Amino acid sequence: MQERLKELQQEAIQKIEQSSSLKELNDIRVAYLGKKGPITEVLRGMGKLSAEERPIMGALANEVREAIATVLEAKQKELEEAAVLEKLASESIDVTLPGRPVKVGNHHPLTRIIEEIEDLFIGMGYQVAEGPEVEQDYYNFEALNLPKGHPARDMQDSFYITDEILLRTHTSPVQARTMEKNQGKGPIKIICPGKVYRRDNDDATHSHQFMQIEGLVVGENIRMSDLHGTLEIFAKKMFGEDREIRLRPSFFPFTEPSVEMDISCMICGGHGCNVCKKTGWIEILGAGMVHPNVLEMAGYDSKKYTGFAFGMGPERIAMLKYGVDDIRHFYTNDVRFLKQFSKHE
Amino acid sequence: MFVSYKWLQDYVDLSGVSAVELAEKITKSGIEVEGVDVLNEGITGVVVGHVVERVQHPNADKLSKCQVDIGQGEPVQIICGAPNVAQGQKVAVATVGAVLPGNFKIKRAKLRGEESNGMICSLTELGVEAKVVPKEYSEGIFVFPQDAEVGTDAIALLNRDDEVLELGLTPNRADCLSMLGVAYEVAAILGREVKLPEIDVQPVTEKATDYITVKVEANEDNPLYAAKVIKNVKIGPAPLWMQTRLMSAGIRPHNNVVDITNYILLEYGQPLHAFDYDRLGSNEILVRRANDGEKFTTLDDVERTLTSDHLVITNGTEPVALAGVMGGANSEVTSDTTTVLLEAAYFTGGTVRKASKDHGLRSEASARFEKGVDPNRVRAAGERAAYLIGKYAGGEVLEGASEVDTLTVEPAVVSITLEKINNVIGTNLTVADVEAIFERLQFAVSSEGETITVTAPTRRGDIKIEEDLIEEVARLYGYDNIPKTLPIGSATPGKLSDYQKKRRIVRQYLEGAGLFQAVTYSLTSEEKAAQFALEKRDFIRLAMPMSEDRSILRLSIMPQLLEVVKYNSARQNDSLAVYETGAVFLANGNEALPEEQEHLAGAITGLWHSHSWQGEKKAVDFYVVKGILEGLFAKFGLTESVTYVQAKVDNMHPGRTAEIHLNGERIGFVGQVHPTMQKELDLKDTYVFELSLKAVLEEATAALRYEAIPRFPSITRDIALVVDKETVSGVLKDVIQQAGGKLLKEVSVFDLYEGERMEEGKKSIAYSLKYMDPERTLTDEEVTKVHTQVLEALKTQAGAVLRG
Repeated sequence: MQERLKELQQEAIQKIEQSSSLKELNDIRVAYLGKKGPITEVLRGMGKLSAEERPIMGALANEVREAIATVLEAKQKELEEAAVLEKLASESIDVTLPGRPVKVGNHHPLTRIIEEIEDLFIGMGYQVAEGPEVEQDYYNFEALNLPKGHPARDMQDSFYITDEILLRTHTSPVQARTMEKNQGKGPIKIICPGKVYRRDNDDATHSHQFMQIEGLVVGENIRMSDLHGTLEIFAKKMFGEDREIRLRPSFFPFTEPSVEMDISCMICGGHGCNVCKKTGWIEILGAGMVHPNVLEMAGYDSKKYTGFAFGMGPERIAMLKYGVDDIRHFYTNDVRFLKQFSKHE
Repeated sequence: MFVSYKWLQDYVDLSGVSAVELAEKITKSGIEVEGVDVLNEGITGVVVGHVVERVQHPNADKLSKCQVDIGQGEPVQIICGAPNVAQGQKVAVATVGAVLPGNFKIKRAKLRGEESNGMICSLTELGVEAKVVPKEYSEGIFVFPQDAEVGTDAIALLNRDDEVLELGLTPNRADCLSMLGVAYEVAAILGREVKLPEIDVQPVTEKATDYITVKVEANEDNPLYAAKVIKNVKIGPAPLWMQTRLMSAGIRPHNNVVDITNYILLEYGQPLHAFDYDRLGSNEILVRRANDGEKFTTLDDVERTLTSDHLVITNGTEPVALAGVMGGANSEVTSDTTTVLLEAAYFTGGTVRKASKDHGLRSEASARFEKGVDPNRVRAAGERAAYLIGKYAGGEVLEGASEVDTLTVEPAVVSITLEKINNVIGTNLTVADVEAIFERLQFAVSSEGETITVTAPTRRGDIKIEEDLIEEVARLYGYDNIPKTLPIGSATPGKLSDYQKKRRIVRQYLEGAGLFQAVTYSLTSEEKAAQFALEKRDFIRLAMPMSEDRSILRLSIMPQLLEVVKYNSARQNDSLAVYETGAVFLANGNEALPEEQEHLAGAITGLWHSHSWQGEKKAVDFYVVKGILEGLFAKFGLTESVTYVQAKVDNMHPGRTAEIHLNGERIGFVGQVHPTMQKELDLKDTYVFELSLKAVLEEATAALRYEAIPRFPSITRDIALVVDKETVSGVLKDVIQQAGGKLLKEVSVFDLYEGERMEEGKKSIAYSLKYMDPERTLTDEEVTKVHTQVLEALKTQAGAVLRG
């Protein structure tokens, strides 16, 4: 009987080791360890044994059972793992195929430029002021020291609706309105973005509608040196820390002294190229100290208050910054153009 | 204004300062030099030659065979194609080895079998602009005066060894529309002296007043008129140096008298006019306003009809010049003129501007009068011109002038404190620093303590107030020398308004949802202005549009956005999602400004969802666009305030369009573009929306409050209902929500079936109802009780029965 059990153990372990599937393994379990299996059968025959032999044989039978079960379990684990690996292998995919695209749009390049400038000046304590695109002649011209018949009105051919109402030719009327609303009190620090209109034929460098962004600071001790410092920060933040600025005297009816600001060319770094017409400098904005007539007309005592103002064109900035060669791209909205301004820089 | 570097040296010593350096200095201190033109750039080897013999080329009708002495021993043979080449002429010869503009190298050549050793040049071949070449040389070679020395540098003789600075003058610096004005500016920059031009008239004993009387009826427009008379004038070419200076300044030479008036115009900035005295038809000048409808032929041979706005110079009866703009053909100086009446006058800017604008005649003269000439330079300019006519046209200048003078000239006297200057500029200048600057400008300056008083010369009519003085100080001190500081004083909060913040959120949301921002034009055509408008208002029309397509302010963004879709579709950008925010303009009558309402519009066409290699493709439909809007309204907590009402909107699909209502007010629409319009624009199915962004963003947003996360489970019941086809989901949902009461937390549609298995005229719609109580776990009985009420309400109020 003892031999029979050892034999069974050997036989079962051999079969287990040869088995190659979980089903086969289960059959072996049932065959050897089941109620109808040979070990059970052997144990059933224990009645014939003596009382001394019985516990010894019982122990032996259990030993054999456990030995078979241990091997069986190990084998089962091995086979299960193999089965998982096989399943995973069959599930493998081509990871180089393209992913499902996420649909995302983006800002128009002009909005991108405007928001960048807004945020820069918000950080310096400015608020964003807006005003109507259809304006009174008074706010667009007269309040800005451009009385009727002023020769500088020739500089801006305008779209009039009536003698007194026109499409604004710059965002400066927002400055006049803001000053008027503040009733002679300071300080004012605003930035005014918006659409403006001039009688120009649309071509690669002209557009009858375009954007402008202007800034105005009015207070009791505003100096031209403050304008100088502010413009330098703007130039460096907007066009790069290594930009240099150059101020040139100029003329605008609403400022005096008036300034034009050049920045060192970002394309050639100031050595001279086609973009800067070999000068190394690129004209970027106009500015100046608010003309006393403008202050007085808006209700400010020009003896007490001074201010500075500056204005620039987002189209021009976008064209320089991104190398756009035709202003009409901004208004035809070809999606192949728009899409190019999604990237953060 | 074109400024010759060589000519400028007549008035200011420029030694040690090159033209390019000068340009840089002028630019940095106030007047932008837009370019420096090197006139002889790329030109070498051009000398004066003498045509000793000219014969017909044996093999070519249009060519001449010339023997030209170029000062190198034997004359050389040159073949010339110019029609005006003739024996005995002094000409400009590009010798063998010479280089002309455009890197044109002159080589020994054979032309039709005859040897040619160089080229006889026209002025344009030497780089002179065609429009300033004297008419007699415009079709051929240039001919020098006989005293030109053979073999000398022709380029120098033509004053082309010069550089021309192009000044971009702002309207306030009309003083620099003259060489003298530029000289004062340059002298101030360099700290040097100004040398005035020579006037040395030796008059004959006859008096100008013996020849002419002057009357002015319109003193306000013409406060000063001086007429000088020069007799025995011989009309001929002006001296070469004068002609070349005119050409460098962009003016074509004509004859000595006309050239001298133009030369003075450039030198003094004072326009003059020369009449042929004998053709005046009287010995009287009367300046008056024209009569309405009066006819007058200007010297460009155009007959003009005048009005009483226009000032004319007359011979007592007939106009002989349009004051300050152009002379008349009837009194023009010709080659037969012997007595010249020279006008030196001050006409006011407004008068001249009106006339030059009305007649489309802008000239060098009118531009100067319009911007204001120096009242103190009028007579001097006339004297200098008379002197030059005497000298270069052989004339005899009569004594004095016949004048009307009602002009009062008060130079501007402006005082300013040092403190003010330093406070505005942000500098620490001293009184001496400031005085030195005004002395360099040749402004009279004095000071008392820290108060500085400046008398501006009349040539600088732009100096009137303190700020004008500050500008002069700042620019001559140098803008780049001004310190860099930041504003000090009370701090201001830098921030966007709520409205501006929300607008940015709208943009970010829509872009996150896949839409690209577009910016289109506000001006549109009459046809498009009416389309899709939320409100019907009168058109706002431009008084003078540039084209019909851009003549009216838009009432809706949609037509422009559909143009964008059309533009892209035509370029194979078939799937497109765009939006725009911007103003539409609602008229408020003729007097008031229109109401500008910010709108939001979007358009989506083509595939909304596609993943090609997985074979997924889904075109945009109504519910894609509606979903985007629902998400937008949810952002501002407006989900409950917004309803969608099936509606008919012009140019929109009648069955696939809803009006959007906010708190019961119509604020916009969403739906498919009408197939007829889609066809017209050649669009695929396009779904769009437009709404008043102003209405949405001005709606107050409730404060954000945390809501407890439910701790108890919910119970979901699904129901499938059979209803009439016309019954809309919104109505059923309202019924369910009302009947469901507090315990019903969510209702959502999860199926819609309208297929053939349904009874005619019916559809099936299935809802999922989620019941929950935040305080406790609901029992099945409680839910069943409410759910039964819901089903009952659906049956009685909407005729909906459970699908069996």
